[in-house]
Parts: sequence; C-alpha cells; structure tokens
Amino acid sequence: MSQFERILTKDWFKPASHTYAGYKANGGYEALPMALKMQPAEIIEQIKISNLRGRGGAGFPTGMKWSFVPKDSPKPKYLCINADESEPGTFKDRLVLEQDPHSLMEGIAIASYALGVHTCYIYIRGEYLEQAEILEKAIAECYEAGIFGKSVLDSGWALDVYVHRGAGAYICGEETALLESLEGKKGWPRLKPPFPAVVGLFGSPTVVNNVETINTVPSIIKMGAEKWAAVGTAKSGGTRLVCVSGHVKKPGVYEIPMTLSFDDLIHKEEWCGGIPGGRKVKAVIPGGSSAPVLHHSEIGVAAEYEALKAIDNMAGSGAVVVMDDSTCMVRALWRISKFYAEESCGQCTPCREGTTWMERILRKIEEGQGEMKDLDLLTSVANAIAPYPPIGLGTTICALGDAAALPVHSFVTKFREEFEQHINEHRCPFPHPFGVLADEGVRA
Amino acid sequence: MAALFTADQQKKFDEEIAKHLARFPEGRKAAAILPGLHIVQDLLGWIPTEAMELVAKACESTPERVGEVASFYTMYFREPKGKLLVEVCTNISCSLRGAETLIRHMEEKLGIHMGETTEDGLITLREFECLGACGNAPVVQVNSRFHMDMTLKKADQLIEDLRKQGEKKS
Repeated sequence: MSQFERILTKDWFKPASHTYAGYKANGGYEALPMALKMQPAEIIEQIKISNLRGRGGAGFPTGMKWSFVPKDSPKPKYLCINADESEPGTFKDRLVLEQDPHSLMEGIAIASYALGVHTCYIYIRGEYLEQAEILEKAIAECYEAGIFGKSVLDSGWALDVYVHRGAGAYICGEETALLESLEGKKGWPRLKPPFPAVVGLFGSPTVVNNVETINTVPSIIKMGAEKWAAVGTAKSGGTRLVCVSGHVKKPGVYEIPMTLSFDDLIHKEEWCGGIPGGRKVKAVIPGGSSAPVLHHSEIGVAAEYEALKAIDNMAGSGAVVVMDDSTCMVRALWRISKFYAEESCGQCTPCREGTTWMERILRKIEEGQGEMKDLDLLTSVANAIAPYPPIGLGTTICALGDAAALPVHSFVTKFREEFEQHINEHRCPFPHPFGVLADEGVRA
Repeated sequence: MAALFTADQQKKFDEEIAKHLARFPEGRKAAAILPGLHIVQDLLGWIPTEAMELVAKACESTPERVGEVASFYTMYFREPKGKLLVEVCTNISCSLRGAETLIRHMEEKLGIHMGETTEDGLITLREFECLGACGNAPVVQVNSRFHMDMTLKKADQLIEDLRKQGEKKS
C-alpha cells in the first residue's frame, strides 16, 4: 500500500477537533442525516457489509452483534459504550475521547437509531476523569445542537446519553462485568448465554460496543460500507488504531492499514522509527498484555485479526508493547502476572488461585530462588486456567483467566532459556531488567 | 457523633445524586451506587461507613451491598487518605521505561513507602495498574490528573509543586 490515507484520525490534533464546531467544520455530522433516511435494518446491513470488527479485544463482527438484538422485544433496549480502557498497553480510546469525541457522539446517534435504543450509557473507567469531563461537554453540545434529546435532528427519535464513571477495576471492561457494574454491583462477569443482546442491562436487550468501534461508524456510513470494507482485508474492513509503547523511538497511537506488519510498524521511519540506542527487538506483545507474546522471529506478521489468529495469537485491543534486547523476560512476565493476580475478580477458582500462584512462582524465579520444577508447576497452573494453543480453552466464566494464562504459556515456551538461566545462575542476569528513565543515565 | 456532612455538603450530595438517580428506570436506582460513592469521596476525601448507609438509602439499596461495592473497586478509600493522591503506574509499558526507579525515587523524596501517607496528611503515594497513557510512559496521576513522560527531574518538580499546593491550602 503506497498511498495510505488516514480516515479515523485525519483531523486529530487540529485545533478544536474535540468541539462540536470543530468536528462539523471538518465534515462531521454528515453521516447522521444520511443514516436517519435509511431503515434501521439497512444500517445494520451496511455495518455487516463493512466487515467492521469490534475494537475492544475480541474482534467480533459488529454488524452481527447488532443483528442479535431481538426486534420484537417489548422491553427497552440499551446501548452501552465500553470506555473502560484498561488492558495494559492500551490508550487509543483515551486519544479518541480527547481528540474526536464527536465522532463517538455521531456514532452513538446512528447506532441507537439502528438498534431501536433511546438510552445510551458511556461507561468510562474512573481514572479517566479529564476524559469524562470532555465527554460531558460533548454531550452537552449535542443536546444543544439537537443531536441528542427528544427528537434527534427532528426525526422524532428520542435519545438520551449519559456518562457513567467506573471506579477502578480492570474486569469491568468485560462486557457482562461492565453491565453488572453499571447496575451498581461489583464487577463479576455473568455466565453466557444469555448474551447481553438478549438479556443485558436491567434484563433488557443491550449492545455493548468499544469506543473505537462506534467512533468508526460515521466514517462507514459516510464513505459507504463497500468502500470501507475494500480498504481492509477479506474479513476485517477498514483501518484500525494501534497503540505502541515500550522501547520504540516514537510511541503513540497510529491508524494503520490492516496489512501492515509489526516489523514495519516498529522500524519504518513513517511509523515508530525503530528502537532507541541502536538496540534490537527481543519480543513484541501484539494486542495487549492478554495476548501471547511474539518472538522477534515472528514480527513479520500483519497486525490484523486473521493473520494473528493463524499463528494462535490475537489482535486484541491493538496494544503493541515492544521490548528490546535489554529486557528481562522473566521480569516482564512477572509484572504482567502481578497485574492479573491483582485484577482477578475472585469469582472462579482456577483464576483466583492460579493467578496468585503464577505471580509467586515468577517472583521466586526472578529473585534467583527458582528451581527447574517451578517451570513445570508454572505451566501446570496455567493449564488449569486455560490450556494453549489454541486460544479460547479457558475453564473460567470470562476471558480474564485466558488472558492471565496466555502470557505465561507463550513467554515460557518462547524464551525458556532465559527462565532456565535465572534458575541455573540463581539470579537475574540482566543489569537493567527493565528500561531506565530518560534522565537516569545511559542504558547498560 | 458529629454529622457526616456540613449543610453545604449535604445540599451538594442531594443535588448530585438526584442527577444520577434520574438516569435510571424505576426499581433500578441501585445503579447510582457507584456515582454516589464518587460524590461522597469528592466531598469528604474518603468513604466512612455512615456514608455508605446514606448512599444505600438514596439508591434504594442496603448498606451491605454498598459496602461490597466500596470494597471491590480500587478507587474508593474506606479510610482517610492524603489530600493529594499520587498514583504511579508500574504496569508493563511504564516499567519498561523505568517506573520501578521512579517509585524508589519518589518514596525516598517523600520519606514514605508505597501505600503510605506523609505525616502532614498531604500526600498518599501508591502503585497503580495501567492508567492508559502507555505512549507517554512512565505516568503518574495526581487526583486523577495525568502527569506524563516522567523523569527524575520532573518527579522532583512535581513533589515540590504538590508541597506548595499543600501550604496554600492549610
């Protein structure tokens, strides 16, 4: 792809891109009147044709998710926007909220009309206080402009939109935990089925969509579903956002073509510009800390759903974490495992007990106290939560169990020699197991 | 026992919670428990047990259920904390860019460990999981406001600024 055109981020970082006036001046709110002239079923069909896949992590086709909502239910229907972005390494939705909140608003209006929704809740993680304030402003502007309220653009369609702040719990990004939390409970995921499309918020049909997913909807309606689909690959339409962090020269959110490889994303000048200090890539997490790690020999793969699935990996939330050759993989995995031990909600035994065990074993190895049999124990605990490959064999109600087990399986398999070295030498062999601060001195 | 809120605080609580309650259907008012706890914490800095009863009453729920919610989510404090809550992300992306060194430095500067509050009650320091600013690692939040691309120098400056802020308040 020689000429790549940004669609979703074309107006980011322009002054006032986050305001109603700024968005409208850049061609915003042109899709909504188009959508209101269509039948709701036509819009859902368009989203199906577009091959839009959910950007929260699972990559489920959005149009199909929308089509699961029963047409004849007498209950009210709800749309919930998942802005509980907490997957380690992920920060794209925060940028969407800061730079382009009105395309989310326009997407909400279009989706609500298509789904028969009159009430939408945006569930945003509690730590995003400034971003919640930005949303409140954008919503107020929308009521003012007649986008929300008793009659969306005088169509007679009523729509209310509210911001609802979470309070610090990774698990609430899981859609049924999100619904529990929104109902004022602790975030314990629900057993599925029934799926939220049938029994969701307050027992009513509910669609839960990620911020980026809904942010994308106006572009699809405006440019046409076929055209949007054609930008992507056979099963993944359009462009997607990835957030790159760790050891790269230019970390940040990038809108990329689905065909772009991690290698190019990391090294090409027009993307992340390579690794600082002339170092080499050791490993890359391709889709948030829940995804299996990629060995440097695997980074030629495209940063896209099907390509990653073919190698038993996942595109996840688009969080690309790059680790250079100074990184201690035991330390990195220990840090990731500590997160899951902290965030396991405690509902299912394999996850509640297993995440803590994995964290403890890894800390022991990193501190030089490990034994060879610990590696087998580690794998056996991970297997009890979710064997791998393939992805999706978890024994727990939600995917947090899988998310905790996948890094363990992949790190230990792909970088086994480092784990063995820690055990044999009774110490961490790396002078700086993690990176150093910018002003801390030259990395050893 | 002294009243939980001053008259002004009570008025603010009543106004704010009413806004949230109005967003949910009849019989589903418990949905306002999380917002209710946020409001209490904004007013008092933490959430005493008596406040949970108040939230329960407003949200047509029980103190037990509110207590369960308050203990599940990490942003709610069930005991007093410092006026300024300093949270350092140490998750993978921040750690890869030196967050561990940053914590040690901040602990030393403040003379407290992670999870503790300075003697003057101004600053509570704690480790936090991924804050969603990994492209600007390492990051720190002070009362849910971001401070990005942290360095040792920036940390010194931040602590100095926070102490000045504390002097002004007291």
